Amino acid sequence: MSIPITIIRPKKTFSFKDLRELWDYRELLYFFSWRDIKVRYKQTTIGIAWAVFQPLITMVIFSVFFGRLAEIPSDGVPYPIFVFIGLLFWQFFSGSLSDTSNSLVSNQAIVTKVYFPRLILPISAVIVKMVDFLIASVILIGLMIYYHFTPTLLGIAVFPILLIITFMASIGFGLFLASINVKYRDVRYVLPFFIQILMYLTPVIYPASIAGKYSWILALNPMTGVIQTARTALLGTTPINWLLVTISFVATVIVMLVGIYTFKKTERYFADII
Amino acid sequence: MLPAIEAKNIGKKYNINHERGRYVTLRDVVVGVLKNPLKFLKKKTKDALGLSSKEDFWALSGVNFCFEKGEIIGIIGKNGAGKSTLLKILSQITPPTNGEIIIRGRVGSLLEVGTGFHPELTGRENIFLNGAILGMKKAEIVKKFDEIVSFANVEKFLDTPVKYYSSGMYVRLAFSIAAHMEPDILIIDEVLAVGDAEFQEKCLGKMNQISQEEGRTVLFVSHNLATVQKLCKKSLLLENGKVGMIGNTDEVITAYTHSKSGTNDNVYLQKIDASVLKYAKVTNQEDSEIIRSTDALKVVVCYGSKDGKPIHDGRLILTITNQKTQQIALVLDSHVSSIVWEGDLSAQGEIVTETESINLSEGTYAINIDFMSLGNRVEYIKNALDFTVTTEPEKYHFKNYPDATASHHLIRHSFKKREIN
Repeated sequence: MSIPITIIRPKKTFSFKDLRELWDYRELLYFFSWRDIKVRYKQTTIGIAWAVFQPLITMVIFSVFFGRLAEIPSDGVPYPIFVFIGLLFWQFFSGSLSDTSNSLVSNQAIVTKVYFPRLILPISAVIVKMVDFLIASVILIGLMIYYHFTPTLLGIAVFPILLIITFMASIGFGLFLASINVKYRDVRYVLPFFIQILMYLTPVIYPASIAGKYSWILALNPMTGVIQTARTALLGTTPINWLLVTISFVATVIVMLVGIYTFKKTERYFADII
Repeated sequence: MLPAIEAKNIGKKYNINHERGRYVTLRDVVVGVLKNPLKFLKKKTKDALGLSSKEDFWALSGVNFCFEKGEIIGIIGKNGAGKSTLLKILSQITPPTNGEIIIRGRVGSLLEVGTGFHPELTGRENIFLNGAILGMKKAEIVKKFDEIVSFANVEKFLDTPVKYYSSGMYVRLAFSIAAHMEPDILIIDEVLAVGDAEFQEKCLGKMNQISQEEGRTVLFVSHNLATVQKLCKKSLLLENGKVGMIGNTDEVITAYTHSKSGTNDNVYLQKIDASVLKYAKVTNQEDSEIIRSTDALKVVVCYGSKDGKPIHDGRLILTITNQKTQQIALVLDSHVSSIVWEGDLSAQGEIVTETESINLSEGTYAINIDFMSLGNRVEYIKNALDFTVTTEPEKYHFKNYPDATASHHLIRHSFKKREIN
């Protein structure tokens, strides 16, 4: 067996070796995700049901207030299913954002004591949220049966692509926020407010068409494309706007690269300043 | 064969602001920029040109060493000498500012007990989690699982969340996981301070086994010189971020205990929060904080009377107890020692108590200070000071380390057998 040789030098920013290292540590990624899921469901009394209740109750409240009372248009589909698709993706994204940004600070004890690729912590935070997403998707299936929507094959095929875009967007923004959160400790107090604002800038509770000729501004937000496409794909109201999907995808890739770059740049200081 | 660890000219610089542990907030930065944009721009340009006069602190500088495979190396030094920084660099937690280290083999570090344990998870779950954090593969953990559990002696509590564990069980499990990960290089920082004597022996045995039978390298950082002496043949002494000495442990420890460089007397002057007794410190006869069994003890107590008047018929009683057993080891009484002070003690002053060779066995001792005047107690402070005694047993012709729980005193003695017809 060959002996691994490690050379420790003053750190440079990014190298492709990091990706290989990440792969070598994939089991740790699994264990961190497993830990967070397990601990959360051990601590809350209702356990795994929490992942179902949260979007379900939000959906009911939104349907009553925005759908019934405020009569917000919903592109001709029943408001509950319209808002639920939006919420499903939005809660995955916003939940990941707040968890990734805190992932380094909340694992401070480990970060300052043991070496492992730091990227693992934010990535595992997103994975945990994705598990919630998949569990909550069960309600979506129920709603679709209730309202008699049969998705097209194309619609089902697009779904994983949308999931990947959301995943990458979460990681990209999350890494960026995680790095500045280590340096500036007041960021976490601003973040919930920021996420709240962001929800109203994303067509979660209203259709993008409401903005009329300014709707292209909304398209710059990757989540706009994701939520719009998810609705058209699953509910089959209008054909899929492939341009919108492409814009979202490209925007997400850029966000992710910026996120990784920022993270790698500040990574070397984490243990010193955390 | 190539050495296991080679360090060339290692240096680590900290910005002094980081050392103060104050968090930078985005708000302060934004407010600072808005209030005084010119100052901010100036600072940025200065930083970019490398002209800034920030206060830098070199925790380590110009450190060179070379450790062979299979060695157990003790790393000693005063607080702030750079021991922890060196370990952090070796375990890749923080990168060095300059220099290069070549490590041949997998590094496992046991920097603090139970790092990565989650209190809500059970012992079994934590073994897997902690193992993974330390860099073990799942298959490896499964293979070693029974061994880890039986070494830590926690079979009965495997399915109990570790938040209900005693601190001893916690340490045992943590050490056991790290010791079984079979790293080529194991880094240990002050873990043996916790856990009972029996388990400590077990750990030392395991470390010996790791290095001798399996040819692994162990780096051991401790303040407990006796343990370092027992365990390590070779030691590295760090002094103010530089290598003070590398070599045979006995020689390094001798050099360390005789070095007083850079330490201010006030460093181990412990402040007492009381009205009459102000300060106290405990050292050996050479004013060193490292106290060996053969050393004499020197206790300095500073006092100042409340009303500013002289103290009549002052009497100082120092009771020294073993912290583990809570038994009284020595009583130093100014009356009994026939040091009856002529006249009064001045309103402010210090009393220096000096003993002969203390002959105490290894361990930590506390000093209770009782100060009296005219037969009445003026002030009594429990555990005012503490000190650690290290033992060199061969001076007493002991073959084994004396058991501090049985006797505090080291006295040369012999047992003779006599037959009766």
